[in-house]
Amino acid sequence: MDGGPAISPIILLFAAIFTSNMVLANFLGMCSFISVSSEYKTASGLGKAVSLVMIVTTVINWLVYRFIVVPLGLDYLRYIIFIVVIAATVQIIEMAMDRYLPDLYMKLGIFLPLITVNCSILGISLFMIIRDYSLVQSLFFGLGSGLGWWLAISALAAIREKIAKNKLPLGLEGPAITFIITGIIALAFIGFSGIFIIQ
Amino acid sequence: MRDAIKQSFRNNLWKENQVTRQILGICSILAVTNLMANTLVMGLGLMFVISCSSLTISLLRNYIPHRVRMIVQTFIIASYVIVVDIFIQANYPELSRALGPYVGLIITNCIIMGRAEAFAQKNTPFISLLDGLFAGLGYTIVLMVIAFVRELLGFGTLFGRNVNFIGLETWTIMVMPPAAFFIIGVMIWAAASMTMTRDKKAQSAPPALRPSEVKQASATSATAQ
Repeated sequence: MDGGPAISPIILLFAAIFTSNMVLANFLGMCSFISVSSEYKTASGLGKAVSLVMIVTTVINWLVYRFIVVPLGLDYLRYIIFIVVIAATVQIIEMAMDRYLPDLYMKLGIFLPLITVNCSILGISLFMIIRDYSLVQSLFFGLGSGLGWWLAISALAAIREKIAKNKLPLGLEGPAITFIITGIIALAFIGFSGIFIIQ
Repeated sequence: MRDAIKQSFRNNLWKENQVTRQILGICSILAVTNLMANTLVMGLGLMFVISCSSLTISLLRNYIPHRVRMIVQTFIIASYVIVVDIFIQANYPELSRALGPYVGLIITNCIIMGRAEAFAQKNTPFISLLDGLFAGLGYTIVLMVIAFVRELLGFGTLFGRNVNFIGLETWTIMVMPPAAFFIIGVMIWAAASMTMTRDKKAQSAPPALRPSEVKQASATSATAQ
């Protein structure tokens, strides 16, 4: 793609957090974003777990794509391969955490199975292939996207906790108001646009 | 049989619409809703994938071991998505570039998995196929409404044709992501408040209305089982 390798990884990191945020600009990972955002603590836990899985799967998918998929000419199978890699990685992270970091496992463990079907995980792997990022770029892109997702869901959950006891018009409570809040957060994030440009 | 089809049609298009009622599958397509043509292509792609995978999963429902069903379902879905992706790439290369990774992301669209889990693995192939088709249709209609508003106000066009005859100022915000969140929020609000108002009316209505409702309720529970 045009000028892909020219972007410095640090710019990519900040761009992924602020200007092209996974949820707020690319609509990825919406399902869990809406449904797991009613409590700040839970949302933040899910955000951390997503960030972790994103970094790991981006790197693994990059290596698998470059050294297995491309040499074997299996490009058309990349969706299946990525899904398998993601599912396997999540499973391994879950087991490793259970064994070595039981405290963290107690906190994040319940969210891990949810993450396999989080579209943003598959999404960044596909973005990375389409935009032709290098390994270092992919690593920072994955990290930035994870942090951006975490930031967005934490912000949403914090606001939802604040308005939880407020009286709303009929039918507006629940998902409807959540979408409108998300829209306002996305609007605020547009203020960052123009600082970094990727894509 | 005919009742079941009717029930499935009504549930998927309005009563249990995947987007406005169940808030499922928002991820993969919302990003392309600023142009109606792109939305339509993605919607048709999704309808194809969801009906075919529902049919396949229903046909194989007695052969898939229960414990590994999720991964088998994912494989089936991914195979059909690859078909759609290759078809678009081969026939409409420009469109394929515009849609970017979003075609591939149909795999993680929760609606497909949702219909497979909730319907296809317990029902016969034909009705599963129709159920998938209606679920996809209900989804596409909602997204087309969003795309209609966004393209009309954002670009002054519909399907790429200029309809802004009097030269009104276009709204840049409609092209940008927040607009999609606002529109979908308002649509969910409208759907929820319409149902709630009707429920309230039904509760305070004279008993003459009741029998039909009872019948409807039993029909719903019958199909659910």
